[in-house]
Amino acid sequence: MSHTTASPSPSANRTPEGEPPTSALDLAEEFLDRTTPLSRIRSILHRYPAISPAIVLVLAIVVFGLLNERFLNPANLSLITQQVAVVGTLAIAQTLIILTAGIDLSVGAVMVLSSMVTAQATVHLGIPAVVGLLLGLLVGLGAGALNGVLVTRLKLPPFIVTLGTLNIFIALTLLYSSGATVRGGEMPDLLTWTGSVIPLGGVNITVGVLMMLVLYVVLALILQKTAWGRHVYAVGDDPEAARLAGIRVNRVLMSVYLAAGAILAIGAWIQIGRTNAASPNAGADLNLDSITAVVIGGTSLFGGRGTVWGTLLGALIVGVFRNGLSLAGLDVLWQTFAVGVLIVVAVSVDQWIRKVRK
Amino acid sequence: MTIDTTTEREPILRARRLVKTFGRVVGLDGASLELYPGEVLAVIGDNGAGKSTLIKCLTGAEVPDEGEIWLEGKPVSFKRPQDARDAGIETVYQNLAVSPALDVASNLFLGRELRKKGVLGSVFRVVDQKGMRQRARDELRALGISTLQDVTVPVENLSGGQRQAVAVARAAAFGSRVVVLDEPTAALGVRESNQVLELIRQLRERGIPVILISHNMPHVFDVADRIHVQRLGKRAATITPETHSMTDAVAIMTGAATE
Repeated sequence: MSHTTASPSPSANRTPEGEPPTSALDLAEEFLDRTTPLSRIRSILHRYPAISPAIVLVLAIVVFGLLNERFLNPANLSLITQQVAVVGTLAIAQTLIILTAGIDLSVGAVMVLSSMVTAQATVHLGIPAVVGLLLGLLVGLGAGALNGVLVTRLKLPPFIVTLGTLNIFIALTLLYSSGATVRGGEMPDLLTWTGSVIPLGGVNITVGVLMMLVLYVVLALILQKTAWGRHVYAVGDDPEAARLAGIRVNRVLMSVYLAAGAILAIGAWIQIGRTNAASPNAGADLNLDSITAVVIGGTSLFGGRGTVWGTLLGALIVGVFRNGLSLAGLDVLWQTFAVGVLIVVAVSVDQWIRKVRK
Repeated sequence: MTIDTTTEREPILRARRLVKTFGRVVGLDGASLELYPGEVLAVIGDNGAGKSTLIKCLTGAEVPDEGEIWLEGKPVSFKRPQDARDAGIETVYQNLAVSPALDVASNLFLGRELRKKGVLGSVFRVVDQKGMRQRARDELRALGISTLQDVTVPVENLSGGQRQAVAVARAAAFGSRVVVLDEPTAALGVRESNQVLELIRQLRERGIPVILISHNMPHVFDVADRIHVQRLGKRAATITPETHSMTDAVAIMTGAATE
């Protein structure tokens, strides 16, 4: 005989109408309460990974402000934001890729290639600046597409893929430009517009800095509010789980690399304004600097955890340390030393935070 | 052979004579299965008996070489897991397809997020966070999972049983016609296992038929209405906890008895 009737078997937890039924699962609640103050701090940091870089940034500003009164000068603060603008923009692209548990060593090279194509096409071929910028955008998208295809189709580790394309893009840049710098004076005003200054209550903000900030706002909204944003986190967290939940993992990865490419092209524009030139030798260290900003900003290299706001804080921390230490009269090597210490501390904190997972 | 051919009810899910080979290895050798509305059907079998392949064919993870599958009287053919999902067959995988860093509500709606109304939702694909959280709370309450009322907690902060509850709730939450649970208690302790068994009963009370794959005989006999015994790529028998003992079931599984 088969038991195919729909009549429910007597259940232990029938409750009166209207009240939510309680089940044995309630008992599991005590698992959550077994915490110490330290583990509670860890849980909070785990949930809001941008807290620790925010604390570090505030402390750094206070300490450097006390060490040297010139540090808190509006002109100096404005300089820091300008110094951060390019790496801060590249770090947005880097954050997207690291959130998917990838890494992009080619961000700097893509940016330089994009800036050289824009500058040379505009200056030497005499095409309109807008078209030059669109060409630069195409370069960024093309580079992103190449990285994305290699990662999703050939299933190569992003580290290896972008190590390869890093060299390819550097070589292409030098071949294309013959190693020559295009000076800002030769370019149409639109290309160097990102370097122009907007006075904002005593602090001089450049258009490039504003563009970077707008990008942060836009990307933060996209990551938090859209289905795509959630899918980026899910793919970085556990690609197999994401796939089983019906997310097209390769499509998400591909869109992330394309979005990163577009952001790098905007970074190229900001770079031209910032240095008032397009140089094939600029930005050699920007790949590592962008990773530094992301890591210090509390985004996990293992993917699935972090925010672009943390990355902005990370980029600002690096800028503040470099500027503050230089104002304090220390050798430039000590700046590098300090950044190294920051990275190691940030990754250690991340490892500790990740232990929340049982 | 089977003991439920006399029933007059239409099975909600029926597989007939499924064959699946992997090279020279025969995974399924003419396996059949019927799942009736409102029941918990356990699938048991020794390792290599083909229960996992059978379930994969039913949920679209594998495509059978031969045989037919009907859902609610209509023939279906699943090429991908998503096809089975779209048809209303929800699977809770052994490795729990949850995203640890996302919160409970986001996990319930992962891959099918509710969007905001208007341009924001359709063009910019902005999700309706509030709506998802409210619906997540309702679904969990309906399943009697009151410890998970805070749907903003990341799943990684939950215990194993609670995570399983999230996965089960997700499977049950979207008007699904059939829920398949693959070894849901394998990684859990005694108490957490009981919580999951309780959840399975809740699903049955809501009228959702459940296929439960399990190695754990006490769990199977505790919760199942009928038990499908798989052996050598075929159905050896379908028994009930009332008519057969665990020893009988093991005997059929190992071939020592036929029914």
